Amino acid sequence: MSPIIRKKGEKFTLPGKYLLFILTFVCCTMMLLTFGTDIFNKPLNTVVGYVVVPFQEGISKMGSWLSNRTDELVQIRQLLEENASLKEQVAQLTEENTILQQEKYELNTLRELIRLSDEYGDYEKVGARVISRDAGNWYSTFIIDKGTEDGLCVDMNVIAGGGLVGKITSVGMNWARVTSIISDNSHVSAKTLTTGDNMVVAGDLKLMAEGVISFSYLLDSTGNVAEGDKVVTSHISDVYLPNISIGYIHTITQDSNNLTKSGYITPVVDFEHLEVVLVILDLKQQADESEADIQQ
Amino acid sequence: MTLRKIIVAILILFSFILQGTVFQSLSFAGISPNILIILTSSFGFMRGEKEGLIIGFLCGLLMDIFYGDMLGFQALVLMYIGYINGKFCRIFYPEDIKLPIALIIVSDLSNGIIYYVLLFLLRGKFEFSYYFINVILPEAIYTIVVTILFYPIILKINTKLETREKRRAKKFV
Repeated sequence: MSPIIRKKGEKFTLPGKYLLFILTFVCCTMMLLTFGTDIFNKPLNTVVGYVVVPFQEGISKMGSWLSNRTDELVQIRQLLEENASLKEQVAQLTEENTILQQEKYELNTLRELIRLSDEYGDYEKVGARVISRDAGNWYSTFIIDKGTEDGLCVDMNVIAGGGLVGKITSVGMNWARVTSIISDNSHVSAKTLTTGDNMVVAGDLKLMAEGVISFSYLLDSTGNVAEGDKVVTSHISDVYLPNISIGYIHTITQDSNNLTKSGYITPVVDFEHLEVVLVILDLKQQADESEADIQQ
Repeated sequence: MTLRKIIVAILILFSFILQGTVFQSLSFAGISPNILIILTSSFGFMRGEKEGLIIGFLCGLLMDIFYGDMLGFQALVLMYIGYINGKFCRIFYPEDIKLPIALIIVSDLSNGIIYYVLLFLLRGKFEFSYYFINVILPEAIYTIVVTILFYPIILKINTKLETREKRRAKKFV
């Protein structure tokens, strides 16, 4: 007798085995479909956004309030020590400042000379709050509280504190998922600001705890790239807008093939304590088109 | 819609939200516990295969929608974890804490290993020992610590629901 044949007057129940097979099939189909297309994203993202996001917002607000209070208590003693050392620094910095003033003047003239466009000041941006972090321990993604309602869409660049944080990989009505550049599955095409050599910046789970990201395929033929050089996004990326700063070269080593170099970068952004981020509303593709229009 | 379904749905949502917010700020060295595993496997061995696999599927689907690249991956893994935990329903007694803890450790470890093999090993990241010592094992240990606090709550909710269901069944007979 088959267990799924319905008898008269008996309540219909599906045994676990069959349900397991059906749901396995459903999962596999979904995986295959989402691998190629994004048909599920719209409806599911919308529904879930309305149920979960309001709670996440509330709880993360409460959580950050609590952690702020505890931090304050811990910090009082630190602050006293810090104050003394800061006073010393002030004296040092005033001296440095005068030197920098001179250098700034020099920089301004040089900038005019090469017409380096002012650092991403002309992009349209919108601020968003981080409301939840990746539930697993493998990748580094987080949820922000703005979505399609605020004009966000997939592949938009996210910055914070003057540096690149990542890009939007999924979006709902009132939330969006940001995959950060320190995530193990992230790759960014970058270049050094001094020499313009291209490289690939990739996140790595092993390095996430140390607060650095790795770069590779740096074709430094002249050998001019040194530790401390600034790294920005390059022009050849199809997602990231050019000239957004990523970080500074921390270590640099020659690869065993003697052609390329690789090493680590200290990012500008403090990924551990992200609270507010800026989303650039200009997409790379759109920005290119409008530039082309101007040229015509 | 029975009361059980509503309460289980609230529990899933509640744990998912806690995992993404509170437990992320309570993380040690970037490692946070996996309370959706606790929920899935404890309902598995308390209630049987079917309930375990449905709850696993729902928990995984929520995680996939928010954090996953592929829809259905985490759902599949958690669903099988819930189903296999359900096999132990026959030898489960509410008074015994050893079996639940052992099952949750094994579930969390296998979840981590499956995740590593399918999403990291296949991308050419071969240092299993590094990932095991730095991600999978700490997560399992942290999860166990949270289990000791979280599991009694789940157990209590379940026993309350079961006594209520028994009472109602008697009434109709």
